[in-house]
Amino acid sequence: MNIIVCIKQVPDTTQVKIDPETNTLIREGVESIINPFDTYAIEEAVRLKERFGGKATAVTMGPPQAEAALREAIALGCDDGILVSDRAFAGSDTLATGYTLASAIKRIADYDLIICGKQASDGDTAQVGPGIATQLDIPQITYVKKIEKVDEKTMVCERMTEEGFEIIQSSLPCLITVVKEINEPRLPSLKGKMRSKKAEITSWTVPELDIDDEAQLGLNGSPTWVSKIFTPPPRPKGEMFEGDPEEAANKLVDLLKDRLS
Amino acid sequence: MSITLHEEKCTGCTLCLNVCPFAAITMKDKKAVIDQDKCNLCGACVDACKFNGIEIQRSTSRTPHLEDYKGIWVFAEQKRGVIQPVVFELLAKGRELAGKLDTEVTAILIGHNVKEKCQELIHRGADRVIVVDHAKLEHFLDEPYTKVLVQLVRKHRPAIFLCGATVMGRSLVSRVAVKLHTGLTADCTGLDIDPDEGFLLQTRPAFGGNIMATILSKNHRPQMATVRHKVFPEAEADPSRTGEVIEETVSPNLLTSRTKLLDLVEEVSATVNIAEADIIVSGGRGMKDPENFSILEELAQVLGGSVGASRAAVDSDWIPYSHQVGQTGKTVCPKIYIACGISGQIQHLVGMQSSDIIIAINKDASAPIFDVATFGIVGDVFEVVPMLTRKFKEALRK
Repeated sequence: MNIIVCIKQVPDTTQVKIDPETNTLIREGVESIINPFDTYAIEEAVRLKERFGGKATAVTMGPPQAEAALREAIALGCDDGILVSDRAFAGSDTLATGYTLASAIKRIADYDLIICGKQASDGDTAQVGPGIATQLDIPQITYVKKIEKVDEKTMVCERMTEEGFEIIQSSLPCLITVVKEINEPRLPSLKGKMRSKKAEITSWTVPELDIDDEAQLGLNGSPTWVSKIFTPPPRPKGEMFEGDPEEAANKLVDLLKDRLS
Repeated sequence: MSITLHEEKCTGCTLCLNVCPFAAITMKDKKAVIDQDKCNLCGACVDACKFNGIEIQRSTSRTPHLEDYKGIWVFAEQKRGVIQPVVFELLAKGRELAGKLDTEVTAILIGHNVKEKCQELIHRGADRVIVVDHAKLEHFLDEPYTKVLVQLVRKHRPAIFLCGATVMGRSLVSRVAVKLHTGLTADCTGLDIDPDEGFLLQTRPAFGGNIMATILSKNHRPQMATVRHKVFPEAEADPSRTGEVIEETVSPNLLTSRTKLLDLVEEVSATVNIAEADIIVSGGRGMKDPENFSILEELAQVLGGSVGASRAAVDSDWIPYSHQVGQTGKTVCPKIYIACGISGQIQHLVGMQSSDIIIAINKDASAPIFDVATFGIVGDVFEVVPMLTRKFKEALRK
């Protein structure tokens, strides 16, 4: 079973803070990490590969430094890493990103399953996975919390919904996006780390991809435009209460009871 | 397509450097320099520069017959024949936007034996309902729903297409937008109309809510957006409203699917969907034990809310993942969020900090949860929570 995992290198948003003086982002010392949801995608790909044989290939689109994310994916058990990187991709929205990654996946050609994380922690769109599936004209199962069954031609997954879950069968090849519940990612093994250091990362620019229309790339291929970026107003300072729980409870009831009726 | 810094205009004021979310701008010899590898062409610096010193050139395609696209569509998500609450929120917002554009609101209803729901949508603000009713559309499946929506858009050409940012919505319209080759903005928390050009201004949080971005699709139609639940108030039902119902039929080849629904399981513990809850009582590591969640359930019950949890509680197997709030769980926006024994790691805060009122109960006065709290109680959750349950029970009985 050949599996492609699409990953994204993101700034560690948990380290991003707002400078209260200038109301701008403080980026100093903010590390780049693999998008947290993608770590579950990597783990699931590696588990499937271990069970059924075949290959797990990690693919990312991003700047040259995104290579580090691919090396980490290899340390975690992926066989190969492919970096899709070109200045022409800058400014891509989810449509252009889906198009570019689908072009790279078409070049890889031999795959049964594509796994993506549910969404990226910097953009939070959850649109690129379905976008890739649509560009490749393959079915998708989003929000997968468990893979129940895989055989030559089909797979059965549990798909998380607001009320519980659905059991969905799909023909292969197929694209799934996964949530945290699907597994517990392993730590990189020593052997994995060694391999990742030595691994050759394939790098593809526009000429290496089978792009039929360059107007679909990057900013030009992106229908959505960012017209404004601003920091949200900080929450007003709240009221603190220390002391007798009963007194605190009374205060809170007074504060909230009009909103509860 | 590129970004150009006009050096002769640059005064070295560093305004652009401060607003760049990607740290792509540095100062060299008192002039700004843009690192092309880091730049994401987001345009924040273009707006910030007071001297018109930065310019982004772009050439872009355009939806043909763009002027013909008119009206506002709301996808009327239904499950088992029940219209989902987010639809009523979208109808209210849709009406407001329609007023600014002097246009109509159309609800799009897809399912089986759902025709009787058309009137409900009209009462809640739709001028028109387009309904596609077929046995093969009874349950949501990505492919047939996508093909039906794509066909409807191509035929009727709406200017704006809104959909709830639900599990179904985010999966479905991501496919629809690609098929239509148009822009889609995810999980919007603000929608407005540009007064000059009539574009849909779509505002959404990014970087875990640390920054907000306003997005627009100038040259593509429809302008599509998924919208977060609970941000906009629901439209009230007005039984005197009337409207038009259009039944569309679709050819069988649109109804084929490579995925199949084998079963639908509703989990008892998740019967109250936290994304739709007005009040959430959440527990974290400070709850110490799965049994202790019962005191949160009691409080939630008195308040008519549901129970959430931090990652720490979920990872300890105290409560199922479907209750997790935060970066790797759900983003929620209730009217009241009560955090009990949650320290407030940033991963948790990004999932709940846009709640209207945040109550935090923690014994550690320096816990970061208090930074976002509207009302903070420093104390023992095992004393404070049962006390709250009792006091609210008394107050609400009156």
